[in-house]
Amino acid sequence: MTEIGRARLRTEDTRLVTGRTRWTDNLTPAGTLHVAYLRSPHAHARIDNVDVEAAKDRPNVVAVLSGKDFAEEQGALPCAWQVTEDMKLPAHPPMAVDEVRYAGEPVACVVARDRYSAVDALEDIDVDYTPLPPVVDMERAVQDGADLVHSDMGTNASYTWVFEQGDLDAAMRDAPVLLERRFVQQRLIPTAMEPRAVLCEPDGSGPNMDFTLYSATQIPHILRLMLAVVTEIPEHRIRVIAPDVGGGFGSKLQVYGEEVLALLLARRLGRPVKWTESRSEGNMAVHHGRDQIQKVTLAADRDGLVKGLKVELLADMGAYLMLVTPGVPLLGAFMFPGIYKMDAYSFTCTGVFTNKTPTDAYRGAGRPEATFAIERLMDDLADELGVDPLEVRRRNWIRHEEFPYESIAGLTYDTGNYEAATEKALALFEYDKLRAEQSDRRDRRDPVQLGIGVSTYTEMCGLAPSRVLGSLSYGAGGWEHASVRVLPSGKVEVVTGSSAHGQGHETAWAQIASDRLGVPFEDVKVLHGDTAVSPKGMDTYGSRSLAVGGVALFRACDKVVEKARAIAAHLLEASEDDLEFGGGRFSVRGVEAAGLTIQEITQAAFAAHDLPDGVEPSLDSDVTHDPENFSFPHGTHLCAVEVDTETGFTRIRKYVAVDDVGTVVNPMIVEGQVHGGLAQGIAQALYEEAVYDADGNLTTTTMADYLLPSAADLPSFTTDRTETPAAGNPLGVKGVGEAGTIASTPAVVNAIVDALRPFGVRDVPMPCTPERVWTALREGGAL
Amino acid sequence: MIPPTFEYLRPESLDEAVRMLPDAGEDAKVLAGGQSLMPLLRLRLAYPDALVDLDRVAALREIRDDGDAIVIGATATHHQVVHDPLVREHAPLVAAATATVADPAVRHRGTFGGSLAHADPAGDLPAVALALDAVMLARSASGGEREIPAREFFVDWMTTALEPDELLTGVRVPKPGPGWGFHYEKFHRTAQAWAIVGVACGVRRVQGAVEDVRIGLTNMGSVPVRASAVEERLGGGTLSDGALREASEHAADGCEPPADLHGSADYRRHLARVLTRRALSAATTR
Repeated sequence: MTEIGRARLRTEDTRLVTGRTRWTDNLTPAGTLHVAYLRSPHAHARIDNVDVEAAKDRPNVVAVLSGKDFAEEQGALPCAWQVTEDMKLPAHPPMAVDEVRYAGEPVACVVARDRYSAVDALEDIDVDYTPLPPVVDMERAVQDGADLVHSDMGTNASYTWVFEQGDLDAAMRDAPVLLERRFVQQRLIPTAMEPRAVLCEPDGSGPNMDFTLYSATQIPHILRLMLAVVTEIPEHRIRVIAPDVGGGFGSKLQVYGEEVLALLLARRLGRPVKWTESRSEGNMAVHHGRDQIQKVTLAADRDGLVKGLKVELLADMGAYLMLVTPGVPLLGAFMFPGIYKMDAYSFTCTGVFTNKTPTDAYRGAGRPEATFAIERLMDDLADELGVDPLEVRRRNWIRHEEFPYESIAGLTYDTGNYEAATEKALALFEYDKLRAEQSDRRDRRDPVQLGIGVSTYTEMCGLAPSRVLGSLSYGAGGWEHASVRVLPSGKVEVVTGSSAHGQGHETAWAQIASDRLGVPFEDVKVLHGDTAVSPKGMDTYGSRSLAVGGVALFRACDKVVEKARAIAAHLLEASEDDLEFGGGRFSVRGVEAAGLTIQEITQAAFAAHDLPDGVEPSLDSDVTHDPENFSFPHGTHLCAVEVDTETGFTRIRKYVAVDDVGTVVNPMIVEGQVHGGLAQGIAQALYEEAVYDADGNLTTTTMADYLLPSAADLPSFTTDRTETPAAGNPLGVKGVGEAGTIASTPAVVNAIVDALRPFGVRDVPMPCTPERVWTALREGGAL
Repeated sequence: MIPPTFEYLRPESLDEAVRMLPDAGEDAKVLAGGQSLMPLLRLRLAYPDALVDLDRVAALREIRDDGDAIVIGATATHHQVVHDPLVREHAPLVAAATATVADPAVRHRGTFGGSLAHADPAGDLPAVALALDAVMLARSASGGEREIPAREFFVDWMTTALEPDELLTGVRVPKPGPGWGFHYEKFHRTAQAWAIVGVACGVRRVQGAVEDVRIGLTNMGSVPVRASAVEERLGGGTLSDGALREASEHAADGCEPPADLHGSADYRRHLARVLTRRALSAATTR
């Protein structure tokens, strides 16, 4: 049976697409109370008084509470990543008590019998604020005498983290080519299709009270542990369920104040409480992504060989450090060198507090920023030397025969073939033909110019070897758990600690189990996302599900087969060594007729009438898999844009993505991940930006202002693959969840800059809006 | 959506609607397709005492021939307008501009009259109505029926000449004579986004000479505006590339365009000039 590699439709899609399913907001147990939050309208202010009396008198209102009411029990939201010993980690109350530090921070809540009454009553809560100076500019925030986000810390710098390898001074000193650039990674809002929602149901009373907390989260297991730590409610009294979850992109890799408060409210009121955010509320209060200022210097010789790379980052943390906030830019620290060889590298990152929504993981988390910088630099290096951008890459990249290769950042790239992916991409793109057209348009002074952008990326994903996380001072491991339960009838339940929120686990995991056990695909049920059903797990982020959780399942299936083999040998009166397993059946080598199916062995194990000595009556297995290495997907993306030099409008004419994600379990799911990733990466290049005004107010709270592309705005993508199996896991798989996002942003911006170089344009800040392109053209001076 | 509380009224006929409106109070709002009003309610930017829902007033959805004009009922949906044979034949500019409004879901709910009565200068249809010298048909219990030319209808940002007790019942769009060409040039960042600038234009040529030019600009001020300076320059002349280019340079004359995240005022002025040239060119080359 060859289920691995089969393009199956996703079995979960009917219910997900129609919405007739268990979204958290669809769940309303009898007696549920509804919560609404009042949020700070100020970026920075002291809370002098919160008057809730009038709100309490509104119809259907059960309780109105402010931060003071929770002060004794709410604890502080966790940060699991102490990146340096002296990292400044301010206390982060789930609900603000004395001071608000970003617009959108919860200040009070109403609990009512229905959602309308709860929201209406918010208008009767009266808060006295004394505005404090807002810190909105990262570069000014780290200057002497700057206003402070946390006055008791004495600085807005949370930490400075340094990585150095090789003699950078030497590399820079003699370099005939030095490129210094400043790139801004704008702030992005993750915008999962399903907004956040939490429902907490209490059961019992007093110290024996149990809680079932439903949340639209990526991390039911981590959330359970963290809720126990924050609230001091014993972990075994908390059950967390992530029912169907409609996307996350990192934004639901978080422990949110609203989740903690749901637990506290359920305990206080003894009734189920539910909260679902609105889109505008979410834009302010879901953690944001990116937001870095990058100063990068690349040293090369006249042949275009890269000698060294220096990276200095300011990374906006926002007002508080949330679950992995400080670590996100450091995931990029290892990726700035990309696929290139060099002698020296230095990386310095300072995490900066501002009076803005906290940042944290967003699809790619650190790696898109790094890839953008190096891929933009390689295009500029090509321009500087007057060679083709692919040629300059060829001169510097790791050749396929050089793997495994230890990068200058200390990673061991296990496998890869950049040459093969690039050749395939060039052919699909018709590179030479488009270059000829570009030249023709330049000669004709066509108002619509053509640009070609290149991005040859790799990334580190499949987070992560626990020992590596330990060396980076992360607060947990990076393993994943899988259980296989073979039911008496021969059907199979697979339990995974990986928590699906749109990726298609139920299909892909069933394919793996079906393939390995030789049972029909339809006979496998995948269970996930409930700490009572799947008690062990590290959840879903960092393109880790298949590369870690899928491998755990692969190994667990093999364990089942080995258990079955012992029973089969006994029943067939053959030596285990003489048994062959294939298509779900053990047979005696050379005696085809003598054999037993895995279902027959299951029944024998269940009956347990005739088992070999010392063999337990079960085929079930558990594996907790800790990866030895990251996985390193790579690929070559080529983008052609048409830029209207009169209006500044950019249209993507052609986009070719050739990705190498190793062995593919379900090509259709992989293609979907690539398409979605491309859309999000292109969106950073062209459309999305969270904009704050000088007072620290977010001005992009609706989708009219925070622009997302739809299918109508995107080209028809041409995708293809090369398959270089990962060496670090028996499935040969690499992560694919973030690759498209990581690769595409620089491909698009490189294409725009390529189109405009004859006009004196060297850069366009992201998002490359028509007005910014138009401005860059005017400032280029050649129009 | 969690809007503030309001009283909900649902008349069954036009007469009943017109009678209900004054009784519903000064702060009542008329609900048609809801594509502008609902977001305002959701964001709690509007607190109407009452909503008068026109959904059951079937007569307002009709599109009919009226001799030298067609009359588009106020609650005809965008989808209906785009596909209506009368509109396509006699008001092709309306059909073309309406097809660019938002996305299919919005076009199935949103209405022609609703867009005009909402009077958002970023909306596509006010500039079209202005360019076509359309006439708004209004009705109230106190004043009966009244006709308001488009030039007088758009008073200020999201403000029309309609009285609080007055209902927009339809729009009379004159049938163009022979020789007209039309085009709507919309510039926006994504397909669903509002126009940063839009140009609605019609040009009538007789034997090569320009007899009449009408240009309405979207999002170039607090109300839709006519690019009069361009119209004057082209009237009576011929349409050489040079003449088009020269005249279009005046497209933004006298405009006070807004500045927002999608474009500064200067950029909008620039776009108005480029897009006017393109719109005129497109209107005269088909």
